[in-house]
Amino acid sequence: MSALSTTAAPSRVAYRSLAVASVDELVYGKAPNPICVGRGLEIGSGTVVPEINFTLPPIDINETTWPEIRRQYASMIDGVCTRAVALEAPGLLVEFETLPPMTNRPEWGAEITSILAERIHEASDRYGLKAALRLTPNDSRDHIRPPKMRSGPYWDSMCRLFDLAGPSGADLIAIESTGGKEICDEGLMNADLRTMIFALGVLAPRDMEFLWSHIVSVCRGAGITPAGDTACGFANTAMVLAEQRMVPRVFAAVVRVASVPRGLVAYECGAVGPSKDCAYEGPYIKAITGAPISMEGRSAACAHLSSVGNISQAVCDCWSNESVQNVRLLSAYAPTVSLEQLVYDCRLLNRASAGGDSDRLRMRNWLVESDSALDPQAYVLRPDVVMRISAEIIKEENPYLRTRNAVAAALAELKSAQASGELRIAGNEVKWMDRMCRAADSLPDSEEAMCESMRDQLQDAPYLPSEYGLA
Amino acid sequence: MSDQHPLYAAVLEGDAPTARKLTQAAVDAGEDPQSILSNYMIPAMDEVGRLFEENEYFVPELLIAARAMKGGLEILRPLLAAKGAEPVAKVVIGTVRGDLHDIGKNLVAAMLEGGGFEVIDLGVDVSPEKFVAAIKEHNAQIVAMSALLTTTMPGMKSIIDTLSSEGVRGSVKVMIGGAPVTQRYADEIGADAFSDNASGAVRTARSLIPA
Repeated sequence: MSALSTTAAPSRVAYRSLAVASVDELVYGKAPNPICVGRGLEIGSGTVVPEINFTLPPIDINETTWPEIRRQYASMIDGVCTRAVALEAPGLLVEFETLPPMTNRPEWGAEITSILAERIHEASDRYGLKAALRLTPNDSRDHIRPPKMRSGPYWDSMCRLFDLAGPSGADLIAIESTGGKEICDEGLMNADLRTMIFALGVLAPRDMEFLWSHIVSVCRGAGITPAGDTACGFANTAMVLAEQRMVPRVFAAVVRVASVPRGLVAYECGAVGPSKDCAYEGPYIKAITGAPISMEGRSAACAHLSSVGNISQAVCDCWSNESVQNVRLLSAYAPTVSLEQLVYDCRLLNRASAGGDSDRLRMRNWLVESDSALDPQAYVLRPDVVMRISAEIIKEENPYLRTRNAVAAALAELKSAQASGELRIAGNEVKWMDRMCRAADSLPDSEEAMCESMRDQLQDAPYLPSEYGLA
Repeated sequence: MSDQHPLYAAVLEGDAPTARKLTQAAVDAGEDPQSILSNYMIPAMDEVGRLFEENEYFVPELLIAARAMKGGLEILRPLLAAKGAEPVAKVVIGTVRGDLHDIGKNLVAAMLEGGGFEVIDLGVDVSPEKFVAAIKEHNAQIVAMSALLTTTMPGMKSIIDTLSSEGVRGSVKVMIGGAPVTQRYADEIGADAFSDNASGAVRTARSLIPA
């Protein structure tokens, strides 16, 4: 167990030591704090389980199409459960991530949740499938600009869906929260480190604390599990922009590490995992909190390109496909096909670990070494790098100061790796390393000073400081 | 050679203060505003687009170049207007109803401005009616729309249908883009053009305007 200490905010307790004791203990399938959810599904206690997510093909969501949408979800979950049973999957985590109309009209989101839960329970009762359902309401609060983070119709409908989650049959709640995204987007487009750190290190953690205190309270009341969050709208946006050659990969790598302190806040407020699959910062979350994590990589190619396809699997506890549209392929519909791929991925990992800790470690290291030298975004997911940077992050309690530490440590790791030849950085990216180092060196020493330094720049920005508890 | 002019270099390097200073100096020296724009600034932005497409420049470099261009344009615009010169074209741009993903749209808007277009940015989650009203109000020649979600993509067809029912389809060219959007989809819904990147969108927009 990692040591905790109380911070000024009563609902948040900050991690001050690493839950994972050594780099050789940061492995796939095993987390210091495993959980058991839903119908006997154990996560982090030795076995990697598949997590499947699916979505609709292009279709308007309205009253007229709703019966067809219900039918499609029923069909997708039937196909997935049948294939999981046929392949003797060690377990099955199903994620239902709502589309905006299903959060804005929470009864719709709850209706689909019920359909999925019913089918999962049926497969569990009939075939003994160990399974659970994760409900991830999309965060609608930024549907207006400037976003209203703590009140208003979008907040109300999202909260209503949280309330309906347990009664509808969800076993876990997760979210891709968006606090600070309205400022981060501008920082990402301009590769502006200071603006990005203000968004990720000041605004986002403040929102996370507000939001996750609420989610944890709802989950405890309903007897379900508060799972985790993801910096999807921040670091994955940077990753996608980097894959499209829009921003430097070194910048995306630094943004990934900078997103860790934000993510920690959910766990410091009571989340227990597994983290969201698209939270590629998951290895850091696991190292610090000990919570099991869900990850995605090469088997999420159906959703997006990534340069961390193998290394992202190296310390996962659930292995996900991100999401796939319900379209017909030669063998079956895409969600069923995707589940089959995940089951085989997990089978291989679990076979290796059945050979003992040394085999588990060998498999982990192959996954790591196959990616880590090729891209800075992969390099910062190396278990040894994760352990070193995590140790720097928890030297501070304040999220801004943690973010500042994270950025400085990430830049130092990347520079050292480039110098030693362990990492290849493209010629046109090298100058960006220098730019980022200069920007990191000039960061203010406190959250207050950071806020003050951003005041003029954000005067006309589409955000309301009061929504983050700022004056 | 236009590419040896310091204003060309200032725009290419995204040095906004210098671009403004050199634009003012060129105006003060009696150079024709249209020549300043056509000989130095637009070629510099074209070069920025080329460097971006060849993976030499990243978007931030493209944006700071566009800002440098904009700084110079602020000096030239009143002079161009006084001479009766028009922008390359007016473009109304926004994300379709239900879609809040605006990074791509913002990039296209910045690049179009850098390319000499006047851009009317309607923001995110824009209804067909708002697109039509803006096209009419600004007498726009191009409407550009984007969607990131497969579930919001059908909104593009709704907008094109509304342009037709409101009688403005014939006077405006429709450009579309966004991660799930393809040329085939553009053809299916009757859009005039598609681009899968911000720099290409400028070329595409130019190709839609009669020479």
